[in-house]
Amino acid sequence: MAEISKEKLLWIYEAMVKIREHEERVAELFAQGKIPGFVHLYIGEEAVATGVMAHLRKDDFITSTHRGHGHFIAKGGNIKASMAELFGKATGICKGKGGSMHIADLDVGELGANGIVGGGIPHAVGAALGIKLNGLDSVAVAFFGDGASNQQNFHEAINLAAIWKLPVVFVCENNLYQISLPYSKQQVIKSVAERAAAYGIPGVSVDGQDVFAVYEVAKEAIERARRGEGPTLIEAKTYRFRGHFEGDPEIYRSREEVKWWRENKDPIVIFERTVLEKGLLSKEELEGIKEKVKNEIEESIRFAEESPWPKPEEVLEDVFSTPTKGVLVWQW
Amino acid sequence: MAVVREITFAEALNEALDYEMSKDPKVVVMGEDVGRYGGIFGVTKGLIDKYGDERVKDTPIAESGFIGTGVGAAAAGLLRPVVELMFIDFLGVAYDQIYNQAAKMKYMFGGKAKIPIVIRTVSGAGASAAAQHSQSLHALFIHVPGLKVVMPSTPYDAKGLLISSIEDDDPVIFIEHKMLYGIKGPVPEEAYSIPLGEADVKKEGKDVTVVATALMVHRALEAANKLEDEGISVEVIDPRSLVPLDVETILNSIKKTGRLVVVDEAYPRCSFATDIAALALNKAFDSLKAPVKLVTAPATPVPFSPALEKEWMPSTEKIERAIRDVL
Repeated sequence: MAEISKEKLLWIYEAMVKIREHEERVAELFAQGKIPGFVHLYIGEEAVATGVMAHLRKDDFITSTHRGHGHFIAKGGNIKASMAELFGKATGICKGKGGSMHIADLDVGELGANGIVGGGIPHAVGAALGIKLNGLDSVAVAFFGDGASNQQNFHEAINLAAIWKLPVVFVCENNLYQISLPYSKQQVIKSVAERAAAYGIPGVSVDGQDVFAVYEVAKEAIERARRGEGPTLIEAKTYRFRGHFEGDPEIYRSREEVKWWRENKDPIVIFERTVLEKGLLSKEELEGIKEKVKNEIEESIRFAEESPWPKPEEVLEDVFSTPTKGVLVWQW
Repeated sequence: MAVVREITFAEALNEALDYEMSKDPKVVVMGEDVGRYGGIFGVTKGLIDKYGDERVKDTPIAESGFIGTGVGAAAAGLLRPVVELMFIDFLGVAYDQIYNQAAKMKYMFGGKAKIPIVIRTVSGAGASAAAQHSQSLHALFIHVPGLKVVMPSTPYDAKGLLISSIEDDDPVIFIEHKMLYGIKGPVPEEAYSIPLGEADVKKEGKDVTVVATALMVHRALEAANKLEDEGISVEVIDPRSLVPLDVETILNSIKKTGRLVVVDEAYPRCSFATDIAALALNKAFDSLKAPVKLVTAPATPVPFSPALEKEWMPSTEKIERAIRDVL
């Protein structure tokens, strides 16, 4: 296990429990009918976003998936505004126009969750191209799932990043299911990381439930990208504890399988056990963080609930940056 | 008065790109064969020698990948990419990045994102390039909120509109008709911009309004000039940008002439032509003295044989006939 500063350990734990608490509360709120639309939760996959994001700065970029709350939180996105967005309120981070599947916070380099599987992968490559041409030392990280790794965008984007040696890291969150289709029926290779060989870049597979393991491989990949040595493909083997979306009847996997993962591979439990056994953090420190996070999430919910709805006329705003005549005014 | 030199449509576009690249280091050109080769129609010729292969980037044949890359670079605020989609017909392999990503980001992000990307592409029949290299698919872009769609017809417009498009903070689809690259026209040497959303009255007239785009502007003008000898006065309007659309100029002309012919090289249904007809019916119905007439291609793929393709395209004769029909 790599040396990790105490400050970083505390940050990792806080990010993981913040994602967990956020998602558990969102599940409840969705069940109560307070959150409209589709909601895809990140519970069980916390170690991936956190282990990677532990190495990122505010001026680094990420692109995310439709399961994007975890990435958003770990990148330092504004949680009050994102909670309001989930509710569809005017104070939402996207003014109620994006919702759960399109959470974005450009202020912290979060270029957006994406409702189109694989759609955001080239955007990370674009950010990386911009970084390189501007002579910056930032990096871009593309998050996507195992399902997206069969997509055109995955292959085209990795190839572009490889030929142009761009500072980008591709992180596949292989949670074993593409909605209902198990990994074994999507592709014949054992690991998505094997695909890196086809593009002449390093590919590494890691236990995505072990934040220390993710931290280590991400460190190497991100440092490599920052040094100008080009992209890396990381496959984090993980598992979503809940269904594909809230309300998913989950007829494609057994209760026993889910139970096994929850009992044996909970990334937060694994982290707690490790830091307590090694004496890196105390029980009190962990409890303190949990308490703090709970309050923060409750505050965000209060903010969202108390926020006003967007005004009807806002439906016509935010299409173009520059004033245009004859477009939106042209209503039949 | 100094004589303005004449250059080709392709050269005019090249000057716009050169000017923008020299002015703003964030402007980069990307696409298939845009570098050493200079673009298959020569539009990016010489740029790689001036700006190097980091800013004039040859890409693999991976339209979704490199257009998406342009979108990401623009969204990150780091570049203003001008990406070439070699033929508009290749839209299908990259459409998601255009209509689901570039077009919607600003709205979905609550107005925060700016996506200053220009997608230059080649449209139109007339070169016997057959069904997968000849289509006029601009309606597929007009239909999507968030995209600006520009379609110049002269070298002068091409230069001024491309400069405006690159300086615009929204995604712009810049459509170049392949039969126009070689035409020459007066173009000032210095840089100038033509605002998006301003139509140009290519010929003033009082009896019939003809709205036409790209190559069809030239055919409409031919028809108008022929009819002028018979004492029929035709006004030819080139919207130049289809989104935003200069509704005012078009409606004012219809109100003046009372008659409308729309010439659109695209397929007939759900097209730019039907759109302008609907505009006229909704906003200028009382002025109309005759039914609106549309001259479009038929609802078939574009044929290969020059004999068939000629029949397929809206011709000067068909436009002339349509104008007579509404009189």
